[in-house]
Amino acid sequence: MTILAAGTVAPQFTLHSTLDQSVALKEFRGRNVILAFYPADWSPVCSDQLALYNELLDEFARLNAQLLAISVDGVWSHAALARERKYHFPLLSDFEPKGEVARAYGVYNAQHGLAERALFVIDGDGVIRWSYLSPMGVNPGAAGIVNALEALPSNNIQKTLDAPARSAREPS
Amino acid sequence: MIVEDARLALPVSDSDHVQGSAHAVVTLVEYGDFQCPACGMAYPLVKQVQRHYAGNLRFVFRHFPLTQAHPYAQLAAELAEAAAVTGRFWAMHDWLYEHQDEWVPYGAAGLEAGARALGLDEEALAATLRNTAIDARIRRDFMGGVRSGVNGTPSFYVDGYLYQGDFDGLVHGLGRVIARREH
Repeated sequence: MTILAAGTVAPQFTLHSTLDQSVALKEFRGRNVILAFYPADWSPVCSDQLALYNELLDEFARLNAQLLAISVDGVWSHAALARERKYHFPLLSDFEPKGEVARAYGVYNAQHGLAERALFVIDGDGVIRWSYLSPMGVNPGAAGIVNALEALPSNNIQKTLDAPARSAREPS
Repeated sequence: MIVEDARLALPVSDSDHVQGSAHAVVTLVEYGDFQCPACGMAYPLVKQVQRHYAGNLRFVFRHFPLTQAHPYAQLAAELAEAAAVTGRFWAMHDWLYEHQDEWVPYGAAGLEAGARALGLDEEALAATLRNTAIDARIRRDFMGGVRSGVNGTPSFYVDGYLYQGDFDGLVHGLGRVIARREH
């Protein structure tokens, strides 16, 4: 199974975030999406990784990006984890059929029955712009995500708008 | 293991909190959170390493508060920065780690005990804590860490490269760098 590479159209999905709420990728057209696949709720490395992303939600918003975290755990486990760790982003449940979305993105580990630890940055047109597969036990941090988001043309344009003096000298 | 592709995005500068000589042969940078238990456990080990390598080691501390996981980490970082205004950063840093078990259960009240223990002037401290430059500095440390590949706390960089592994490995890594530079 090979992780989907930059330039690939991101496979569509609709997954439960809670028992009675679903999140569809297509809702985020026009915005950037960070997909963070992780192996399991409650395991220490994942929790550190998601705790870090939880601190960066303002930064992601500044880069016009929504974070969606995905594992094969059920919605009740997700709900308990989000409450305990005070996560302020959706945890999506790739539960039935198990791992279907992880498979579509090439990051399902059939031997362990878990999603791999993998990151995707998807642009506003629904195209994968960056992907990264981390060894399962290694927390990949957020540098790659921030760099990938900042490299998106839409965010470069935003930077130009934020710096009028510079854009006046360098008309685009 | 030194991770070659995770480098310090912000070089050590005058605005950092530094212990040891600028001419030391190796620089250890820690990204830490004052409420983080793992950082608390690393604290005496860092002190040991500093004593052991003495003039050969320069130590830098940068803030990386995980505020949702540790609700008083930000306030503790602000308190250390406020203490820094009167040259007491390291005294506060040491107190926060040495007394972590005592202040954490009491949150803000526990931190006030730290300010009293250092004899910091309460009114001056309150005024300093309102200064937005302190928040900006902590956030600058934090985002510099994110860009450097910090993935949790504590994270250590040896001469600008992220170290991943246990503390014994870090000590040996520092020793090897120092031995190589001395010859």
